[in-house]
Amino acid sequence: MNRALLTGDEAVARGAWEAGCRFAAAYPGTPSTEILESLATYPDVYCEWSVNEKVALEAAIGASLAGARSLAVMKHVGLNVAADPLFSAAYIGVRGGLVIVTADDPGMHSSQNEQDNRFYGLMAKIPVLCPADSQEAKDFIKAAYIISEQFDIPVLLRLTTRIAHSASVVGLEDRTETAPPNYEKQLQKTVLLPAFARLRHRELVLRLDRLQAFTEKTPLNRIEWGNPELGIVCDGVAYQYAREVFPDASFLKLGMVYPFPAELVRQFAGRVRQLAVIEEVDPFIELQVRALGLTVTGKDTLPRTGELTPAIIRAAFGQQSSEHKAEIDLPNRPPALCPGCPHLGLFYALQRQNIIIGGDIGCYTLGALSPHNALDTCIDMGASITFAHGVDKVLANQDPRSRIAVIGDSTFFHSGITGLLNVVYNQSNVITIIADNRTTGMTGHQDHPGTGRTLMGKETVAIDLEQFCRACGINEVVRVDPYLIKETRNTIRRLLNIKKPAVIISQRSCALISARPGAPKKVDAETCSGCRSCLALGCPALSFEKEKAFIISTACIGCGMCAEICPKGAIL
Amino acid sequence: MNLLVCGVGGQGVLLFSDILAQLALTAGLDVKKSEVHGMAQRGGSVTSHIRWGKKIHSPLIEEGTADIIVAFELLEAVRYLHFLAPAGWLIYDPLTIAPLPVQLGLVEQIAPQKLVKRIQNRIQKSLSVRAFDTACTLGNPRVQNTVMLGAVSRLLEFPDDLYCQTIKQLVKPQFVEANILAFRRGQELNPISR
Repeated sequence: MNRALLTGDEAVARGAWEAGCRFAAAYPGTPSTEILESLATYPDVYCEWSVNEKVALEAAIGASLAGARSLAVMKHVGLNVAADPLFSAAYIGVRGGLVIVTADDPGMHSSQNEQDNRFYGLMAKIPVLCPADSQEAKDFIKAAYIISEQFDIPVLLRLTTRIAHSASVVGLEDRTETAPPNYEKQLQKTVLLPAFARLRHRELVLRLDRLQAFTEKTPLNRIEWGNPELGIVCDGVAYQYAREVFPDASFLKLGMVYPFPAELVRQFAGRVRQLAVIEEVDPFIELQVRALGLTVTGKDTLPRTGELTPAIIRAAFGQQSSEHKAEIDLPNRPPALCPGCPHLGLFYALQRQNIIIGGDIGCYTLGALSPHNALDTCIDMGASITFAHGVDKVLANQDPRSRIAVIGDSTFFHSGITGLLNVVYNQSNVITIIADNRTTGMTGHQDHPGTGRTLMGKETVAIDLEQFCRACGINEVVRVDPYLIKETRNTIRRLLNIKKPAVIISQRSCALISARPGAPKKVDAETCSGCRSCLALGCPALSFEKEKAFIISTACIGCGMCAEICPKGAIL
Repeated sequence: MNLLVCGVGGQGVLLFSDILAQLALTAGLDVKKSEVHGMAQRGGSVTSHIRWGKKIHSPLIEEGTADIIVAFELLEAVRYLHFLAPAGWLIYDPLTIAPLPVQLGLVEQIAPQKLVKRIQNRIQKSLSVRAFDTACTLGNPRVQNTVMLGAVSRLLEFPDDLYCQTIKQLVKPQFVEANILAFRRGQELNPISR
């Protein structure tokens, strides 16, 4: 058998392909993005970036009901967006297998929270599988399709960043073709009118009972007997860490954490002296173990926040904790906007103005930090506009500060549109700035409805943001080039005074995908007065040496924004 | 083998670790590799954990257990020193790249000599490899990572031709020759052999 080193994301894609998946939809989000990027390189699977996760899941439900094995992929917070169809999908069930991948982000490497999506299984009443490495990621997705079809239910496959983005060895197999799609009308199953839905809810509980019997027997859950002194119940990457720390202990490794294999856990607990649950973030397994009336060690010792590591587990269990301490006085390297990033110009134009600014999710969230300090919030996708609307409605008569929203192009298409409609319909004086860098920047340049290209590389309609906003009922729509800082600032100032909803489209390609706009800039040391005002741009190519500004020529892309703001004209 | 690679976004840390991990796989070993990427990382701190052997469980290296740390930048070398095992090797490029807060004058830079002193005070086996400078003399700063690979290869058990084979496999065809040359030059920079 061929062996390859695949990340968990690549292994999920491989597993879906091998399982004969025909339809896959996702919205990009770290750490799940690479699943669809990888799957799109295989033949015979239709892949798309849907405009958001709700759309992706609903489309996958459609493909499943049309008889095709289907996949919907998202990061953990994406499943919140798709939660509405998720709960209905459990009632309706499937025709072709339906697998939903959620990639959770313990440690919040690139997310606004670290929610534990295993709980969605419990709440939506669908099975949850948690792989512990890439081989399992591939095997589990194939198992998930079989479970989905056998029990007429969507299956949740839960990854974490450490599984999604770490690579391990995977055996490769061929694709198994599935029956060609065909649609059949099934009114009582697929139309969730109350009368039908009541029947479907009862039916769902019966399916869960059958799944309960399955989870007790499935090899996805396995016992590895070692020393019976300590018995550890665990799932996902926590299993790998625990194996490392307790090489001799007995393990109950759960691959299927919901429905919970209660009998198996009882048997295991009955044959070990001390029972422990080792899991990341929330006590999902632990709560269910405790519900069986068993005595167990878990979150009483292990942290409830952040990623686990072998060292954290070691310390929690009173083993000699490591004396290896990191040096603490070193300057950090926080993430920064790139040299020549168009958002730098926009944020510079927004600095030092007396306004309340709703921020959103994307690279540009970094505009909240120094030296820009140009955002007040980061809540969820699309919340910039709706936040500003709410603020405007209660402060309208008492706070003269204007209400602004800053949202990226991809985020605007994802869930900014409805917020903008709400501003127009309910009439608030929110000025929405669409930071349009012509791509989904933060997750690595995925296409979206504005780019004119699909995930599979086909040309398509490119939505014109200006026309779109006008069609929403915004009369004042202005386009600016954020590289022209003064013009951008003047436009913002003018619109701050008009007291009605407006949109500014700040348009310039992401600095990482556009051609270099010019030769690297240089500082004329004679003219430079050392006033440091160029540093307020926050460009990583700008530095300060010997009381003069200094430009790192290898980093500078020659956009010229710093030259425009230098009061002495010292940057050429 | 626990090998930790660290550096600054854009230096080629990830390709370096891809090559090593692939190499270990080709050599028939179990391999795990872990890295984190997400928000805009240009200029951010980047690390990659690579582990190989008969059977590997954790994709993360524990503090105090890295057999080798490969650092592409001086400050990053010091930042991850606590991962090194007492008998481990640190191979580092003495290159310094100021973090943004330093550039903006918000935080003070620590002098390079002081950082080197800290390395020498804390660990016994370290080797400074001017990989970036060497890459520049070869006319391509972007091969810093394969120069480093050459230097590190002297501490590892894999045969030479396996490195070249893996470079051919993972590097774009038009850059293979330059990378193999850089690899050879890197080997010459390391006077230590296992």
